[in-house]
Amino acid sequence: MATTLVKGNTAVVIGALYAGSDCFFGYPITPASEVLHEASALYPKLGRKFLQAESEEASINMCYGAAAAGHRVFTASSGPGISLMQEGVSYMAGAELPCVIVDIMRAGPGLGNIGPEQGDYNQVVKGGGHGNYKPIVVAPNSVQEMCDFTMLAFDLAFKWKTPAYVLADGVLGQMIEPFTYPEKAVVPKIDTDWAVAGIPETRENLVTSIFLNFDQLGKFNDYLQEKYAKIAAEEARVEMLNCDDADIVLVAYGISSRIAKTAMDEARKAGLKVGLFRPITLNPFPVKEAKALAARDKMTFISVEMSNGQMADDLRLAIECKKQVKLVNRLGGNLIELNQISDAINAAAK
Amino acid sequence: MEEKIIRTQGIYSEFPRKGPSAAPAATHYCPGCGHGIIHKLIAEALVDFGIQDKTVVISPVGCAVFAYYYFDAGNIQVAHGRAPAVATGVSRARDCVVISYQGDGDLASIGLNETLQAANRGEKIAVFFVNNTVYGMTGGQMAPTTLIGEKTITCPDGRDPLTQGYPTHMCELISTLKAPVFVERVAVSDIKNIRNARRAIRKAIEIQAEGKGYTFVEILSPCPTNLGKNAVANNEWINTEMVKEFPLGNYRDRTAEAERVERTTSDFSTESLEKLFELDSIAAPIEHKDPNFKESQVKIAGFGGQGVLSLGTMLTQAAQAVGKQVSWYPSYGPEQRGGTSNCSVIISNDRIGSPVVYHPDLLVAMNRPSLEKFQNDVKPGGIIMYDAIIGDVELPKGVKGVAVPAQDLAIQAGNPRGANTVMLGVMLGLGLTGLPEEAFQTALAANFAKKPKLIPMNLEVLAFAQKWVKENVK
Ligand SMILES: Cc1ncc(C[n+]2csc(CCOP(=O)(O)OP(=O)(O)O)c2C)c(N)n1
Ligand code: SF4
Repeated sequence: MATTLVKGNTAVVIGALYAGSDCFFGYPITPASEVLHEASALYPKLGRKFLQAESEEASINMCYGAAAAGHRVFTASSGPGISLMQEGVSYMAGAELPCVIVDIMRAGPGLGNIGPEQGDYNQVVKGGGHGNYKPIVVAPNSVQEMCDFTMLAFDLAFKWKTPAYVLADGVLGQMIEPFTYPEKAVVPKIDTDWAVAGIPETRENLVTSIFLNFDQLGKFNDYLQEKYAKIAAEEARVEMLNCDDADIVLVAYGISSRIAKTAMDEARKAGLKVGLFRPITLNPFPVKEAKALAARDKMTFISVEMSNGQMADDLRLAIECKKQVKLVNRLGGNLIELNQISDAINAAAK
Repeated sequence: MEEKIIRTQGIYSEFPRKGPSAAPAATHYCPGCGHGIIHKLIAEALVDFGIQDKTVVISPVGCAVFAYYYFDAGNIQVAHGRAPAVATGVSRARDCVVISYQGDGDLASIGLNETLQAANRGEKIAVFFVNNTVYGMTGGQMAPTTLIGEKTITCPDGRDPLTQGYPTHMCELISTLKAPVFVERVAVSDIKNIRNARRAIRKAIEIQAEGKGYTFVEILSPCPTNLGKNAVANNEWINTEMVKEFPLGNYRDRTAEAERVERTTSDFSTESLEKLFELDSIAAPIEHKDPNFKESQVKIAGFGGQGVLSLGTMLTQAAQAVGKQVSWYPSYGPEQRGGTSNCSVIISNDRIGSPVVYHPDLLVAMNRPSLEKFQNDVKPGGIIMYDAIIGDVELPKGVKGVAVPAQDLAIQAGNPRGANTVMLGVMLGLGLTGLPEEAFQTALAANFAKKPKLIPMNLEVLAFAQKWVKENVK
């Protein structure tokens, strides 16, 4: 086991390399640029392909091309760039192409600033492009997970033939922590059932998302919804800390969940029964587990997020509004403060 | 006499991808449309050069969005204007023949950026640009190539350059770039022109078969439906009017000197990754048992350039060297403005929650603004180390202050840029973080691994600072 210190954005690229990714296309944007920098330094050293694209529209469409050719490709960006990619992600969902998109969130709307925020939740988790699709979304909260979940995102994207996001933020991208390298690298194979790889076995294949016939498109959409239902049933992941006896549960992902954990630890020291519910997959949301908590007699949920209740909405849907969901948040590029969470816990405990 | 049907090579004989149809061999194009002829010329060339198996045809939005009904090759349908980007992705991933088949709205309007950038990079792709002066698929709106005075649905009085600009000349534009290998404008408006178009298209395909780089063939093509003309009149109009604005001919041909563009082979082996990351040079953690070890939260702050962030990383490396849980987080973004910077380091036996230190056990302040900004956050019983250069200070009650002449000591130790290493040595001398000396030495070696000359210098500073603690701090 080789453990060393690594930065979050670097861990993403390490994960992609071990996941058998051999193409990266991206466009600079703070705080995601380091992913681009690391990919530019590392991919060519292994004969893998790096290209700085002319825009995020181009990045995502280059990804579309490499994915259509059956390769493991990824890109990384942040808020404004992700907005520009949405058309391409919708096409990928429609053409059933696997691709990993890393979003190192910054503060918005508009140009906003480069501080950490989680305001991309809706545009990423809900499928921010046109049409009835939902990408898979995984949310790391440590440097180790920046790597591990990037690998997971590749696995899920290929298993389900769908775009998958790694949703992180500027803090996770910038921080350094001890990191253990993966044991074994994936050696990818082209899936000749669907890829268009310019080889005899794939000459018959077609990658498309157009169905002129309304009934045909209707059927295809029904099929996609069935696929999403299966993903929801099989792939939801959550980490629950101290939830067994809790009557106050903090719900948080990414960097917010780290701060929430500190708040939980302090509250436990003060004798309060506080737990942490951390969705690892935001789509699919861990509905079953959230519902089970909501079924208890006494339970208050506190959604801790750096967005305007975007995740709290999903939580309310998951628990069918059976219990109160309070919101603790901070917007604009500053990290949520520990005492904001502690105050909310104390208020709920009264 | 027996009827003989000569089938076009490289085109499917029926087009079942259209779904059930009474006439499966009928195309979806209008009578008199130029797309059919152009498809045929491209497909025949693919067959002649024997590259159908390794060809990927990309059809973006436009009337030719259904090019995949016809081409007997791999097919990818893509978004409006993005074909050159998709083509780039395919071509970079795989060393195959890639064809981007685009209309004028697609290529010269919404996709102009992708068009020029792919050309400028000299991507190994053949772009076939069908210029019919209108948006066909969406019903005849003005295109970038609409002629002055030409009427379309969105310029019903004819294109007026004062409000709608002038026709865009793509061959001329692309031939200003260095990378393209072959650029030519042809037409499919009569037999002679079609023969010439055939030659240019074959040449472009041949260049792709040889992997030599970017080719661009613009084809003036009729759209009788949207030009409100019959097929004959439309072709005549191309020959008399359109060619005046868009002169036929070759704009670039450096086939002779162009060489094959090679692509690298991806290495996926675990061994190569381990070599790349030098995993065998990663040392196992130093054995260090300390039952009295307590978590410490450290905030380090100062001007940019005072080595604040690297002091933080050195401390982090020291903690990592003995296998502790540790996190380092730099201020970035809004806080970074104004030339001051800070970082948080947490060292613990347990999993670390927030990586941001709100209430440090130890504050290291390298300048006055940093001291004033953070001194009131320090935990009761905590320690503030500050550079003695700051002068008189008024520290909060219940906090211990250590004035370290960091700048001076660094200079005395012969390393004027080592003030941050002095602070590290003082931390060690005071036993503040519960980490052993060996961990700090390892950290210095790791931190200066890329400039090994600096390692002994900094080790000296570290020892010098420890000695200073012994002699000066009670
Ligand atoms: C983002 C986007 N905007 C607009 C459209 C609608 N649209 C479809 S085809 C087309 C025009 C295509 O014209 P051209 O490229 O000249 O090809 P032609 O149909 O003439 O062959 C437009 C605007 C679209 N599909 N996607
Ligand atoms: S609209 Fe014009 S370009 Fe489209 S198929 Fe008909 S004739 Fe051809």
